[in-house]
Order: sequence, then structure tokens, then C-alpha cells
Amino acid sequence: MFSNRSIFAAAPLAVAASLAQAQISDGVVKIGVLSDMSSLYSDIGGGGSVVAARMAIADFPTKGIKVELLSADHLNKPDVGSSIARQWYDVDKVDVIVDVPTSSVALAINQITREKGKAFLVSGAASSDLTGKACSPNTIHWTYDTWMLANGTGNAIVKTGGDSWYFITADYAFGLALERDTEAVVLKNGGKVLGKVRHPLNAQDFSSFLLQAQASKAKIIGLANAGGDTTNAIKQAAEFGIVKGGQNLAGLLVFLSDIHGLGLDKAQGLIFTETFYWDLNDQTRAFARRFAAANSGKYPTMVQAGVYSAITHYLKAVEAGKTDDGTKVIAKMKELPTDDPLFGKGRVRIDGRKLHPAYLVEVKKPSESKGPYDYYKIRATIPAEQAFRPLNEGGCSLVK
Amino acid sequence: MEIFGIPTQALFGQLLIGLINGSFYALLSLGLAVIFGLLNIINFTHGAQYMMGAFCAYFLLTKLGIGYWWALAVTPLAVGIIGMVIERLMLARLYKLDHLYGLLLTFGLALIIQGLFRNEYGTSGIPYALPQELSGGRNLGFMFLPNYRAWVILASIVVCLATWFMIEKTRLGAYLRAATENPQLVQAFGINVPRMITLTYGFGVALAAFAGVMAAPIYQVNPLMGADLIIVVFAVVVIGGMGSIMGSIVTGFALGLIEGLTKVFYPEASNTVIFIIMAIVLMIKPAGLFGTQR
Amino acid sequence: MSAVHELAPRAGGFAHQRIAAAVMIAFFALAPLVAYPVFLMKVMCFALFACAFNLLIGYGGLLSFGHAMFLGTAGYASAHAAKAWGFPPEFAILFGTACSALLGFVTGLLAIRRQGIYFAMITLALAQMVYFFYLQAPFTGGEDGIQAVPRGKLFGLLDLNNVWAMYALVFAVFVGGFLLIHRAVHSPFGQVLKAIRENEARALSLGYDVNRYKLLAYVLSATLAGLAGATKVLVFELASLTDVHWTMSGEVVLMVLLGGLGTVFGPVVGALIIISMENYLAQIGSWVTVVQGVIFVICVLTFRRGVIGELGRLIGKPL
Repeated sequence: MFSNRSIFAAAPLAVAASLAQAQISDGVVKIGVLSDMSSLYSDIGGGGSVVAARMAIADFPTKGIKVELLSADHLNKPDVGSSIARQWYDVDKVDVIVDVPTSSVALAINQITREKGKAFLVSGAASSDLTGKACSPNTIHWTYDTWMLANGTGNAIVKTGGDSWYFITADYAFGLALERDTEAVVLKNGGKVLGKVRHPLNAQDFSSFLLQAQASKAKIIGLANAGGDTTNAIKQAAEFGIVKGGQNLAGLLVFLSDIHGLGLDKAQGLIFTETFYWDLNDQTRAFARRFAAANSGKYPTMVQAGVYSAITHYLKAVEAGKTDDGTKVIAKMKELPTDDPLFGKGRVRIDGRKLHPAYLVEVKKPSESKGPYDYYKIRATIPAEQAFRPLNEGGCSLVK
Repeated sequence: MEIFGIPTQALFGQLLIGLINGSFYALLSLGLAVIFGLLNIINFTHGAQYMMGAFCAYFLLTKLGIGYWWALAVTPLAVGIIGMVIERLMLARLYKLDHLYGLLLTFGLALIIQGLFRNEYGTSGIPYALPQELSGGRNLGFMFLPNYRAWVILASIVVCLATWFMIEKTRLGAYLRAATENPQLVQAFGINVPRMITLTYGFGVALAAFAGVMAAPIYQVNPLMGADLIIVVFAVVVIGGMGSIMGSIVTGFALGLIEGLTKVFYPEASNTVIFIIMAIVLMIKPAGLFGTQR
Repeated sequence: MSAVHELAPRAGGFAHQRIAAAVMIAFFALAPLVAYPVFLMKVMCFALFACAFNLLIGYGGLLSFGHAMFLGTAGYASAHAAKAWGFPPEFAILFGTACSALLGFVTGLLAIRRQGIYFAMITLALAQMVYFFYLQAPFTGGEDGIQAVPRGKLFGLLDLNNVWAMYALVFAVFVGGFLLIHRAVHSPFGQVLKAIRENEARALSLGYDVNRYKLLAYVLSATLAGLAGATKVLVFELASLTDVHWTMSGEVVLMVLLGGLGTVFGPVVGALIIISMENYLAQIGSWVTVVQGVIFVICVLTFRRGVIGELGRLIGKPL
């Protein structure tokens, strides 16, 4: 009824319908990219996710499967997102929904997808509950989650000497979860948490909180927030000479687009974890160049790369299983190992968690950067099996 | 030495920060207070105009190479002119109607302006550098004060007092105040009342844009920067008294201090405290602390 | 607000309104055969919300800028009752509505004493406080909201997971709420309200306890807004912060303004247009706010009577 369609028909040399057609519902695999196109996370996912999806479909050697792409804006609202999801599943016969930044929307869609037996590939949302207490046989959580962020960043920083922490946390469920997970990691590794301050969501001015963080003399100031809060805090930290005064900032959820918005001048020295960076190897670089050409020059964030990777693997599973029934495809995706140019080799666990390596990155100084988007130094690589929460700790009912 | 568990040194630091923020609030609410106080228009577009000011400074820098200091002068003019055009073309038609229509119109305009900028520029924000002359800071002993923040206090106080003086103490201000109380009479005296109204609106908008330029180096320049701020600014103006310029200035500073203290003792409530105060003031003295009922 | 005065319903001559009502009922009864039922249920819930808001501004002359607090409060209360306490749907909805009524009473006591812009600002301040409370209260789940709210069995018999059963319930709630408002407006209470709106001093001098009438209108409006919110939560099985955010308060103003302030059917039409627009424009989601803003501006400048208001003027009878 209302979505943006781009039809990618395979161009099979063989005219005869393959066996695959018979069990694909309506003869078409319909993929819906549901993202935040206009608000807080539009640069992290948004239109770029649609670009990534198109590329994934175009790159896949379709061999007789017809694929259609739809996209819509969920405006970061769970009710808008769930309306669109219901309509897509019931009326437009969409088979799989991809991306969905904003955990609240993702959790709602997770529920609906399960009810209707379709498939859901989460790239944008962070909540580790998606593979924990809300886990579902119809959902795979790609790209990243809060546990990985907390552990990747927390672990690595404490091991390299950042053993006293002060948290500046956004006072809402996501921020608190991030703070709680990171604190647990810091304490487990022998570090100390010297204090924390909670700020209201979308606080413009962080001077007061930064002052408190400075007074605590903690070596590391952990920013348990996201988006505009993180960038504002970082910008003002530079103003107040926090880094010059000897303390370091640890961003717990930061994306390439945030660094681009801040500028290296303010963001230099920031340490955080991501699962994809365009400058890792030749394949990622080639992807990034093609992506940027289709996306007004903006380079891919890990969320957008995750969309590409998830769809690639999905189509592989559809082809192998010769069906687009949601529950069956997800099961197939867990069976097949993954191998794509962006995330390398990995696999999908029984609880729906996609495993791939994570990278601890540090933002370069302006003098070290050779061009736009050349922002990160890779400080460490965390192997796939260690980067994510152990299977038995999540409380997922699918794990026996 | 400690007061309520916070060492005095840290407390002074927080109070100073509160003062700095307060001066910013005062500056920001000034434009709104002028427009409501003199024209009885509730300018919901204020937040979007503040954002336009910040973006204008950014454009001047990146497209024309005009730096911060010139931007402080040019931006208010540019955005003010846009404001005057809005007033002439749209707001002027609503004066004979209930004032709530003005609110709705400016609300709609704010949606349009913010939506357009957001389409174009996304929401991650755009960097705008601190001007060289004001970067760095000095260590005051109890805290490190960035030079730019000191400049914010200074500029705010100067602009606020100058505006208050102009409106309350000069003849031009007297004409303005008279024109809004009794436009027909003042028009009969030969003063072009519609033009004065347009200029006043433009002036209020220019003040918003000026605050935007001041904000650009320290807050991320992004299309939504005015959206949540507008409600707070409204609260300041309502508490101060919707007819009173001095009321808004004093309330702005006071709010900064109160918010600063809240951030130390109970930071989660620092967003709500202003609304609690606003609700209380409205119930006891709806005209505001310094205002006169209309 | 002055535009409303031209459309005061006259005694007698209600035949056209009955026809319009029949059209509306037939539309909502038959439309699910061709359109997506969940979409229509959303429209009906918002139409009820808009009608409740219209009661306050169109007939009471009071612009509330915080009506979202009633939609959201009932939503959260109802969702929590259904999910955590296991209330059956009819009690969950009643509980949610009752909570909104209570909130309406308390905020009304605080806000009613002021008028015009001050009233609007108080309601805004109160709504913001309610928003921040819900943002932090653990039972609401913060920005996750209360998810997976069970629809349950209506009266223990009708399984609401069946979309037609749910639709029937929402339809009944909507029509019931609409008729209740209509009844209230055309009762002696409604007449006094109209008198107060047109000349409060005179009504006061005639001996009417003006504040009591305004409070009653306010609480009624809050209660029905709550009814809409509680029902909506069962439709979507989700209660979220969106419903208490101040932009939701702005949206309902837009719906009523577009449909026609103070008209009987205006809010329904306004809700239908706005919700449809959001649905259709979801693909170009970034333009939705711009389009809403443009509609606001156009309505305020040249289209103050709204769709139904203009239609009413065309046929010469109030709608």
C-alpha cells in the first residue's frame, strides 16, 4: 500500500522456472528495509541501509529467484514501526524485515515477526535482549549489541591501563543497560568505578557533568549514551580540556557518522568498538567506494554494512533451502556458515546471535588522517567467539 | 569543607557553570520575550530560527570564508530579514484573530523549517570550530573555565541589558510599547505601526539567530538543536512574565543556577525542574514573576 | 477561538447531521473489507482522541497543549493492567480510562483557573512533567515501552486476537464515544458550555459556576482521550513514549484544525487524513513533518474552518 519498491528481477538465462519458484511465496522474495530515515539515526542506518540492501541484491548471483525491495521510515516510534511491519506482513506479503535501529521498535517487530512466522534481521538495534530473554526462532541479531560494546570497549581499555572509570550515563533504559554491562566488565577485570552521573536524554549542555567527571580524577570517562548526547559530550569535553588534562574518553556507542559529524579535531583519541570499518582490507574498501558513489559520498557505517551482509546470507539460505518461509530460512541461516566480503567468516548461533570479529578502534589525530572518512586506527581485534556474550548467559529459551 | 556532601570548590564550579548556562538561557529567551511582550505573538518558530542562526554561521564560514566575528553581525541581520518576510506575508494576517492562531502558524513554520534542514543535513550534526581567539581557558583554581564560556556570559549580559534599555528607556522603545497597547492611537500620531511591528518581530528573530551563532561552537550544529530547547525557553518566558523583558533575563539566569544545582544533587530531574517551577508559578501568579496581566 | 462562533449548531435541522453520521458509520463498518483493518482501527482510535480534544477546544474554547498525557496515561495503565496483572481486556480498558479521568481531574483543578495562552502553557508544563515521569518510571519500560500486551478474551468469550473481533470492539468503542460526545454537546450542559465560551462574564453573572462547567468539560475530554488511548494499546499490543510526547499533543491539534474546529465530524475527517498521510508518506518519511507543517500553515492562513467546516458552509448547514 505504501512502500518504495524497486524490483530486481533476476535475469535467468534459463527460462524454465526452477524448483525454487514453487516454494517461494508468490514467486517473489520481498525484502523490507525498515529504518529511521529522518531523525536521530538516519545517518547511521536510514537511506544508506536501503543503498546497502540494493547492493546486496544486485551482487547476489540470483539464479532464478525474483527479489523485490521495499523501504519505509519508522520515525523511531514503536507504534509506527509495528503498524508498518503488520501491514507489510499481512498486506504486502513481505518475507523479511531488515535493519530497524532503535531497540524499542526492534523489540516490537521481533514479537510481530514471531507471531506471523516471518523473518527479521536486525542490524541497527542494540539491545542484547534480542538474543536473550526476547530471543526468537525468527530473528537474527546481526552487527552488534550492548553486551559486545560493553565488553569489547570495557575489557580492552581496562587491560591497557584504564582501570578507574567515571560514567556519564543517559538516564533511560539503553544508557543504564550500557552502564551496567560496562561496569560489570570493568570490575571483573580488576578496575574501579569512581562514580557515575545520570543526565537526562538529549541534554544539550554537559559542562556540569564533565566537571564532576574531572573532579573524580578517573582515568577513563565512559560515555554511556548515544547519538547527539555522545557528540555533544565529546565536543564539550574538548572545550574543557578533559583529554589535555590527562583523562581519556571512552565512547560506548559511536558510529562513523558521529565522528564525521564531530570532526577529528574534537574526536581524536576516542576509543570504542565497532564490527566493521571500511578501511580494513581491499574488499571492504571496494565496497565502501561503490557504496559512497550511491550514497552521496557518505561512507558505510557498521549498521549499513550489516544490512548488506545479512541480506547476502539470507538470499544464500533462501536459495539453499528453496523456501522463503521465515522460520525455515532463519534455521537455514544458522546452519550455513557465513562468509561475506565485509565481515569475513563467521556463523549464526542458535540464539540468533551472529558472530564475527570486533575491532577496538581509536580515532586518529587530524594530522594522521589522509582523507575524508580516514578516521580510525585499529588497536585490537577481538575474535568472533569472544566478542559476544557466551551462549549460556543470555537466558534465551532456544538454548537447551 | 563540604556543603551537603559536595566539596565547596566543586560547588562553586557548578554554580559558575550554572551561571554560564543561565546567561545563555537569558539570551535565548530574550527574542521570545520581545516578540511576546510587545506583539503578543507566541513565536514557536523561535527554536528553528535559533537553528538557522547556527547554520547561517556555518554557511558563512564554509561557503564565504566569513569567520565567527563577522557572523555574529551578519547572521542576525540575514535571519532577521527572513523573519520580517514571514511576518509581512503570514503573521500580519492573523492579528485580528485569536492569538492562538499565531501560535499554530509559527508551530507549523517550525515543522517546515526543521524538516527541510533535516532532509538536507541529517541529524549527526556539523562541526563548527571555536574561534581561535577564544579557545583555551584558564584555571581558576576550583575549575577550568574555557575562555569561550566566559565570553558567553559577557556577550549575553551586554546584549540583554542593551535590549532591555532600548525597550524600556528609550523613545523608540516607548513608541513600540505604545503601539502595541493602542495601535490606532499611535498610528494617528503619524507613526507607521505595521512597520514597527515588522521590525520588532525581525529584531526578536535576530536575537534568536544571534544566540544560534553563540551556540554553534559549543553545541553540535544540527537541525534539531532548537526543537527541544524551545519548550524550555517558553518556560523561562512564562515564569519571568510574558510581558516583561527584565523578567525573562532574570529568570534565565536564575534558571541556569537552579538547574546547575539540580544537576549536582539530583541530575535526573534537571530537565523537569523548570516545568515544575513553571506550573507552580502559573498557578500562583499566572502573569509570571515580573509580568502584568493582560 | 473565533472561527468556531460561525458554526454553532442550531436547534432543529439535524437531518443532515444524521445522514453524515450514517455515512461515517457505514464507512467504518464496510471499509475493512477493502482496506487494511489495523490501519482503520488506528484511524478510529485517533478519531476518538481528536473528537475528545475537539470537545474541549471547539465547544469549551480551551486549547490544551498537553492532551497527549491522557492518551498515554490510559495507554500505559491499560497495558500494565493487561500484561502484569492479567486483567481481561474490558477491565484493562476501563482501568486505563479511569486513570486518565483521574489525571484529568487533578490537572484540570490546576489548569482551569487560567485562560487562553496561560491555560495552554500550564497544560504543556504538566504534560512535560508527565512525560519525564514516564520516561524514568520502570514499569513503562522507558523508551522500549510495554511490549507484547495481550489482547485477551473480551468478556471471557471473544478472542480478540481474531482481527474481526478486535475490529468490532474498536468500532463499538469509537461509535459509543462519538455518540457520548454528541450527546454531551447537545445537552443543557453543552449549551451552558457554549454560553461560557462566547461570553464568560455574562454566564458568570447569570449564576453559572463557570469553573465547574469548564472542569467538567476538561475531565470529560480527558476521559474520552483516555478511552482512545487504552483501546489503541490493545490494538497494537504496545504502549510507548510516543503517546505522551508533546509532538503527539501537536498532532491532535493539527487533526482537529484540519478537520474543522468545533464541527461534529471534523475531528474524524482530520484524523483520517493525517493518519492516512503518515501511512502513505512513510516511504518518504523525512518529508512527513514538512508536509504536516505546510498543512498547519495553510489551514491557519486560509483554511481556518477546516475540511468539514468548509463543507458545512458549502451546504449551508453545520456539520
